[in-house]
Amino acid sequence: MKHRINVTVNGAAQEAEVDSRLLLVHFIREQLRLTGTHIGCDTSHCGVCTVLLDGQPVKSCTVLAVQADGCKVSTVEGLETGGKLHPIQEAFTEKHALQCGYCTPGMLMTCSALLERNKSPSEQEIRQAISGNLCRCTGYLNIVKAVEYAAHKMAGGVS
Amino acid sequence: MIPAPFDYHRPGTLDEAIGLLSRHGPDAKVLAGGMSLLPALKLRLGTCGHLVDIGRIPGLEYVKEDAGTLRIGAGTRQCVLAQSETVNSRYGVLADAVPLIADPLVRNRGTFGGNVANGDPANDGPAIVIALGAELVVRGRQGERTVAANRFYKDLFVTALAPDEILTEIRIPLPPPRSGSAYRKLKRKTGDYAAAAAAVQVTLDARGAVQRACIALTNAGPTPVEAVQAARFLEGKAPDEKNIAEAARLAASAAAPSADRRGSVEYKREMARVLTARALKAALERAGGN
Amino acid sequence: MTAPRTDAKICGMGHSMKRKEDPRFIRGKGNYVDDVKLPGMLYMDIVRSPYAHAKIKKIDTSKALKIPGVLAVIDGPTLEKYKLHWMPTISADTQMVLPTDEVMYQAQEVCAVIATERYIAADGADAVEVDYEPLPVTVDPLKSIAPGAPVLRKDKKDKKDNLAFHWEAGDKADTERALAAADVVAEQYVYVPRIHVASMETCGCVADFNPAEGKLTVYMTTQAPHAVRTVFALVAGHVGLSEERIRIISPDIGGGFGGKVPVYPGYVIAVAASVVIGKPVKWIEDRMENLQADSFARDYHMKVRLGARKDGTMTALSIKTIADHGYTNASANPMKYPAGLFSICTGSYDLKHAFCEVDAVYTHKPPGGVAYRCSFRVTEAVHAIERVVDVLAQKLKMDPAELRMKNFIAPERFPYKSVLGWEYDSGNYPAALKKAMDIAGYDALRKEQAEKRKKGELMGIGICSFTEIVGAGPSKDFDILGIKMFDSAEIRVHPTGKAIARFGTKSQGQGHETTYAQIVAEELGIPASDVQVEEGDTDTAPYGLGTYASRSTPTSGAAASLAARKIRNKAKAIAAHLLECAEADLDWVPGKFFIKGVPDKAKTIQECAFAAYTNMPQGMEPGLEATHYYDPPNLTFPFGSYICVVDLDRGTGEVKVRRFVAVDDCGNIINPMIVDGQIHGGLAQGVGPALYEEISYDEDGNISGGSFLDYYVPTALECPKWETDKTITPSPHHPFGAKGVGESATVGAPPAIANAVVDALSHLGVTHVDIPVTPEKVWQLLKAKGVAE
Repeated sequence: MKHRINVTVNGAAQEAEVDSRLLLVHFIREQLRLTGTHIGCDTSHCGVCTVLLDGQPVKSCTVLAVQADGCKVSTVEGLETGGKLHPIQEAFTEKHALQCGYCTPGMLMTCSALLERNKSPSEQEIRQAISGNLCRCTGYLNIVKAVEYAAHKMAGGVS
Repeated sequence: MIPAPFDYHRPGTLDEAIGLLSRHGPDAKVLAGGMSLLPALKLRLGTCGHLVDIGRIPGLEYVKEDAGTLRIGAGTRQCVLAQSETVNSRYGVLADAVPLIADPLVRNRGTFGGNVANGDPANDGPAIVIALGAELVVRGRQGERTVAANRFYKDLFVTALAPDEILTEIRIPLPPPRSGSAYRKLKRKTGDYAAAAAAVQVTLDARGAVQRACIALTNAGPTPVEAVQAARFLEGKAPDEKNIAEAARLAASAAAPSADRRGSVEYKREMARVLTARALKAALERAGGN
Repeated sequence: MTAPRTDAKICGMGHSMKRKEDPRFIRGKGNYVDDVKLPGMLYMDIVRSPYAHAKIKKIDTSKALKIPGVLAVIDGPTLEKYKLHWMPTISADTQMVLPTDEVMYQAQEVCAVIATERYIAADGADAVEVDYEPLPVTVDPLKSIAPGAPVLRKDKKDKKDNLAFHWEAGDKADTERALAAADVVAEQYVYVPRIHVASMETCGCVADFNPAEGKLTVYMTTQAPHAVRTVFALVAGHVGLSEERIRIISPDIGGGFGGKVPVYPGYVIAVAASVVIGKPVKWIEDRMENLQADSFARDYHMKVRLGARKDGTMTALSIKTIADHGYTNASANPMKYPAGLFSICTGSYDLKHAFCEVDAVYTHKPPGGVAYRCSFRVTEAVHAIERVVDVLAQKLKMDPAELRMKNFIAPERFPYKSVLGWEYDSGNYPAALKKAMDIAGYDALRKEQAEKRKKGELMGIGICSFTEIVGAGPSKDFDILGIKMFDSAEIRVHPTGKAIARFGTKSQGQGHETTYAQIVAEELGIPASDVQVEEGDTDTAPYGLGTYASRSTPTSGAAASLAARKIRNKAKAIAAHLLECAEADLDWVPGKFFIKGVPDKAKTIQECAFAAYTNMPQGMEPGLEATHYYDPPNLTFPFGSYICVVDLDRGTGEVKVRRFVAVDDCGNIINPMIVDGQIHGGLAQGVGPALYEEISYDEDGNISGGSFLDYYVPTALECPKWETDKTITPSPHHPFGAKGVGESATVGAPPAIANAVVDALSHLGVTHVDIPVTPEKVWQLLKAKGVAE
C-alpha cells in the first residue's frame, strides 16, 4: 500500500510516495539520501537513529514514514545553518565527545533538543537525557562535558 | 528489522477507527505511540495486516482534573505526563514511575494509554492504574463503557478490549486526604523492563492507621498482580515496620514471576517483597505529610 | 607531564589537538559501509538456523523465489561447486561459509537471499522454508572435553575428541613443586563469561565485482583490510580472484574493538554473489545477527592457584584454563599464540615460578574468542591474577594494596624478563598504585568502610594493578596465517610543504587522522593540520596488519616517525645545498634547519620540500618521500592501577559504582585528549562486562543475550564520572617511547569492580564472585550470609 506524504526535512518541503511499512529512518537514509542518521539495532534500544520529529528527539527506526506526514523532521545535516555549526557540534569537537562517530548524529540531535528546553542542565539531567543513546567509544563523560560547554556558550559565556 | 507488509490507515475520528477495527477484526491493530507495536512488527512477531493509526485523532491527549477525578486521555504521551504539574504533585506513583518507563526518546512517542492497554505485564502502566483504582474508558462499535483496571487484564497480552474497542481515557479517582502513592522499580539498566516493581497507594485514617491500601506488582505473572491479601492485611493497622514487612511478604507470595535474565523466580519474588516494602514506606510518608 | 617540544601551530606530540576527522562526523557526513550506494546494487539477507545443531534436510526456496525482486538464493551446495563452502579461519582451522549438511550453532548462516531491495531481501529470507532435523547439542565445554563425549567436528577425518588445541607456557613440574612448598595457596575458579563487543555499527560489506575489468572491490567493515585482501586471494584464487585485482576499502568504521577483524561468512557469500551475478551486492547484518553469530569474546573457565610465603611474598602461579571456542577455532590470534598473550598472567608481580595451560574446546556455539578490546586474552589473564591476588590478600588478612606493593616488579628491574618469557620494556607499578591511592583517598575510604560496617552498610574498595602487553609484534614470534605483524607508514611531502601519510593500520575511532599527523609534525615540523592521513584502501595504503590489540601506535606510529626521519635526513641534505654549507654545520628545531650559531641562516622544511622538486642538489633523486615497514623489536607494556568504590544495596543486591579512579601509563603520549577518551571508553567497556553484559546458552544451545533486549550495554546512567590520571614511563625501544593504550581500561576495570564487590562482603567471609556481578548474584551471597534486607 503506498501513501503520498509531505514532510518538512531540515526546513525543506519534501513530497514522496512511500510504502506503509517504510521506516522513517530508511526514508531519510535511502529516499532522501541523508545518511547522517544511522541504524544500530533492531529492538529500538540504541538511539543512533535519533532525529527530531516536531522538535522532539525520537528513534526514527520506530516511526513509520507515513506517521511523519505533515511533520517537521530535523536530522544532523540540518543542525548547521548558513554554514555555521550549531554550538553543540562545536562543543563535541572541543570536548572530544566523539570517536568513531556512529552514535554522534543521534547524540547531537538529543543534546540539541535538551539545550532547547533546558538552558543549563546539570550533569545528572544530561545523563538522563542521553540515556536512550548508546555509545561504545566515549564512556559518556566527554559528551556530558560537551553539553555543559555548549550550554555555557549559548548563554553567552566565554571559554 | 524490516516489518512484513501491512496496510496503514489514518482515520480522522474515533468512529472511523472503530469502523476499521470492526471490519478487519484481529488482523488489525491500533497504532498509538508505536513503541511496543512497531518493535514487535519489526521482529515479525505475530501477523498484522492492518495498522490503524489513532495518533492524529483529536481529543485523546489531555490531563485534567474535574469533579474528583484525574482524567488522562489515552493518547497522552508519556513525556507530557512526566511533566504534568498536576500529576507530579498529587500522584506519587505516576511521578515515580513515568520517568522510569523505557528511555526519554521512547517516552517522547509512547502513550500512557498504549502502555496501559497493551496487556503486557512488563509495562509499568497496568500495576499503576490498578494501584490507583482507575477506571478505563473504552469505546467500540457498541458505544462506550468503563472497565475497572483490576478487571481489565485477562492473560498475557489479552485484555478486556474487544477487537473493535479502543481505550480512550484513564480515570483516576482523586485520592482522599491523607493519601500517598509510590512506585519502586528494579531493573537491570536504564531502558530495561522491571525485574520487579511495586505500585502502591495508601490512605490513612484520622488516627494515622491505614484506612485503605492497594498494591499491584509489575512483571510478576502473565497479568499485573493485585496483592489483595496484602492490602486487606494493612487495613486498620498501624503503618509500622512490622506491618509493612508482613504486607510486603504477603504481596510477594501473590507474585508468580518467570525466570529470565533479570533473575530467578526466587529472586524476583523476594524483590517483589523488598520493593513493596520500599514503596509502602514511601507512600506512607507521603500520606502522612498530607 | 613534560611540555610539548613543538608550538601550537605545528602541534606535534603532547598537544591535545582537536581531531581532524571530526568535521565530517559532526555534520553526519561520515562514510560508513551502509552509506555506500552503487548503481545496480542488490541486497543480501541471510537465513539463519534456529537450532544449535541440526541436519539440514531440505531448503525450500520456492516461495522466496516467487516474490518479485528476489533474484536468487545461495546455499551451501551452490558454493560447494566453487569449493567456497568452507574457508580457513585466521587460526588455521576451518569454518563453514554455508553448510551442506549440518549446522553447528544457533544463528549459523544457512542460505542467503539476493534481492533488488533491502525490504524484499528481508521478505525473501522470511519466505525460505528450511526443514531441520535437530541433533544433540553440546554446550558445556567441560562435558565436551570429557572422555567419550560425542565428536563435534565430524568434518575432520581423524578427530576423536573436541579439543581444538592444547597450549601451555612455563615449567609445570617446577611450579607444582613451588606451590607444594608454599606456606599458603590461594585457589579460585574464575569464569569470565562470553560477551560481545556490540560496536554501534554492525558488520557488513558491499561486494562489487566488475566483470569487464575482472576486478573485485569490497567496501567492508574491517580492521585489517590488507590481511583480508590476501586471505581472499589465497582462498578464492581458484575462482579467478587475483590479489592485484582485489581492492578492499575500509571506509569510516563505527567501532571495531576486535569484532571487525574476522572474515565472516556473510562477506564471502556477498563476494560470491557479486562475482556470479556481476552486480554490487550489499550485506548489512542487523543487531541480533551481530550478537548471535559474530565473533564473541572471553568464555574462559580458569582454575587459578597462587602460592605465597606467610609474609605475603608471592612465589608461584598456576592457571589451568578450559577455553570455549564454539564450533571452530576462528579466534584472531597470532599463530604461535593460540591462547593469545595469556602468559602475561604473572601480571605486575615478580613471580619466580609459573605455569599456564589452555585447552580449547569445541561446542555448538558461534566461533570467535578475542573480539572485545582484550589485547589477545589479556583481559582474561589479568582478571585471573588480579582476582586471585585479592583472594590471597583475604587469606593472609593483608590489605590488598599492601600485598600488591610488596610483590610488584621493582622499577629498577626493567627491562624485566618474566618467568613465562616476556621481556617487559619498562614500568613503575608502585608509582601508579600510589597515585591512584592518593587520588582515591584510600586511607579515608578504609576508615569510611569500617564505620559503615558497624552500621551494616556495605561498601567496597577494589584495586586492580594490571600490566598490559600490546603492539604485536616482532617478526621472530608473531604472524597471522604466516604474514608477519609489522606495520607501515608511507609519507610524501608535496612541493608546497604539505604532506600525505598513509598507513597499514585502520582506525575505527581511535583518532589516527590526528595522532599520526601529530607524529609527522613532531618529526618534520610540518603543522599537523597540513598532514593528510589516509588508511583503509588496499589499493593505496602500504601493507599492514591493521588496528586491534592496541598495536597501531607501537607499530605504525613507530613507522611514521622513522619514515619521517628518513625524510628529514634527505631534507637536511637539501637544506645544506640551499644554504651552501655542510650537513654537519646544520642544527634542527622543529620545522627548520639552521647553521649552527647563525639562527637566521635557516631553511624551513617547506622551503626544503619545494626545493626537492625545483632545486635539488646535483645527483639527488627528486621528490621528498619515504616509506617504512616497522618490525617492532618487542611488544610494549602499558600498565596502570585502578581503584573502584562500590556501595551495595542490601535489599536488591544492586551494585552502585560510586567512584572509579584510573591511573594509566602508556609511555609518552601523542595526544592527551585522545588518550583520555580511549580510557573513558575502555572503562565503560569494562563496567559493561563487570556488571551487565553476558551471553549464555541453555542446554539446547538457545542464546540468552542475543539482542539489546537482554544484552545490557551500559548507558550514561550506568557509567560513573571517571577520575583519570597518568604516570609516564616511556618505552625504551619505541622510537618515541609510546606504548599504546586502547585496551588498557577494558583490561583493568572488571577486576577492580569484582574486587570491590568482594571487598564489600569480605568481612562476612565472601571470597569470590564471577562477573557480571548481577544484583541477584550479590543478593544470593547476602542471603547466604544472613544479611539480606
